[in-house]
Amino acid sequence: MENKRKYVIPGDLVTTGPFRPEQNVILEGKNIISTSIGISEIYDDSVRVIPLTGKYIPKIDDLVIGKVISHSSLSWELDINSCYVGFLPAQDVFGRDFSAHADELSSKLKTGDLVAARIANFDRTRDPLITISDRDLGKIDSGALIKISPSKVPRLIGKRGSMIQMIEQGTDAAITIGQNGWVVVSCESPEGLLKAKKAIQMVNEKAHVANLTDQVKDMLESKGES
Amino acid sequence: MGGREATMVLLDENGIRCDGRKIDETRKIMIKAGVLKNADGSAYIEFGDNKILVGIFGPRDVHPKHMSDTDTGILRVRYHMEPFSVTERKNPAPSRREIEISKVIKEALEPAVMLEKFPRTAVDVFIEVLQADGGTRCAALSAASVALADAGIPMRDMVAACASGKVADTIVLDVNNEEDQAGQADMPIGYMPNLKKITLLQLDGILTSDEFKKCVDVGINGCKIVYELQKKALTDKYFGNGSN
Repeated sequence: MENKRKYVIPGDLVTTGPFRPEQNVILEGKNIISTSIGISEIYDDSVRVIPLTGKYIPKIDDLVIGKVISHSSLSWELDINSCYVGFLPAQDVFGRDFSAHADELSSKLKTGDLVAARIANFDRTRDPLITISDRDLGKIDSGALIKISPSKVPRLIGKRGSMIQMIEQGTDAAITIGQNGWVVVSCESPEGLLKAKKAIQMVNEKAHVANLTDQVKDMLESKGES
Repeated sequence: MGGREATMVLLDENGIRCDGRKIDETRKIMIKAGVLKNADGSAYIEFGDNKILVGIFGPRDVHPKHMSDTDTGILRVRYHMEPFSVTERKNPAPSRREIEISKVIKEALEPAVMLEKFPRTAVDVFIEVLQADGGTRCAALSAASVALADAGIPMRDMVAACASGKVADTIVLDVNNEEDQAGQADMPIGYMPNLKKITLLQLDGILTSDEFKKCVDVGINGCKIVYELQKKALTDKYFGNGSN
């Protein structure tokens, strides 16, 4: 099919017929209409639009990177680059025997700290509940924070992680990608860090370009030789 | 509708208007998406001599909190004219007219924007009129719609807007400032081109029912012209250096 993938803006007709509308499309009568700017994809029985812009909407089980904005005596509030603030209860960090009198929250996480966390629960009635009690989660001590558009995170990861693996191998950097568009890069060598940063920015700017993988590869290799 | 200048010819015998346009011609329109870095979405429109900048924030937390709605997001629109946008300095405080236009633009955008996806949040639309020359509400609405799409806020359709009116007993498209002052009627129309629905319709003046129908049709044709340009603005920004 020649119109399997196409560029759409809100209101554009993606297709007609018996398809199941998935992400960013609505059914109007028989027509399936896009609701955002992006690339439409038609599968055997479903249609969706991969957005190119927009804010991060929390999803359960997403890995996100958050920044502590404040805390009360029972919980922290995290900026997760979304329209909602992340809610991290103190029990999650101190364990079951947490006591609001004895434990001081700022001893573990201070305002401004970066945290790798997972969305534990979220629905439309409450702010997202997040957790850091899992492997590889918790406070981030070192690295550089890069902010990209959340809609471009899937492109940065690539098919089965191909893009991110390529960048990691090309620069020897350890990269943590939050689904919310915040990325932490840590690398021993300053050159590797710069190169990884540049590669991530490149993906952010050219997410819709078809041969992006090759372009990033060229960039990683060319710099390595000079 | 007394004209200010009785001598001005609004429509000559060849069907050419005071600024050299034909009766079914719009002014020169230019739309650009994503012109501001710090806003979540933005657009700039030049609609003849109108110059309007729109910035979008959101969806984001609602402040003050009591305004928030647990069922849906809310849309807040501020239409503001710069003091230098008109020939005589305009007081920058919101006037009765600006409050009205903010309200009508908000209500014209609401059917398109799917706010129910973001309960307890607000989407803020800031419209700054840098230069005004008649028909700012239509130009502002068209630009706001592009800016909302640029911000990635889900929308059922774009909203395109264009005015039509009656000048020298003729129905014309896209009334400019002179025609607005001296003409007989002015009808701004907001239209969702794919859903074929009207979201804004105002009328200042008197029309017969036949004229009214014709005026709506002419206005909708104008909206379709504007829609093509909105589409081009978004396509240029997002798919500019990639081939389809």
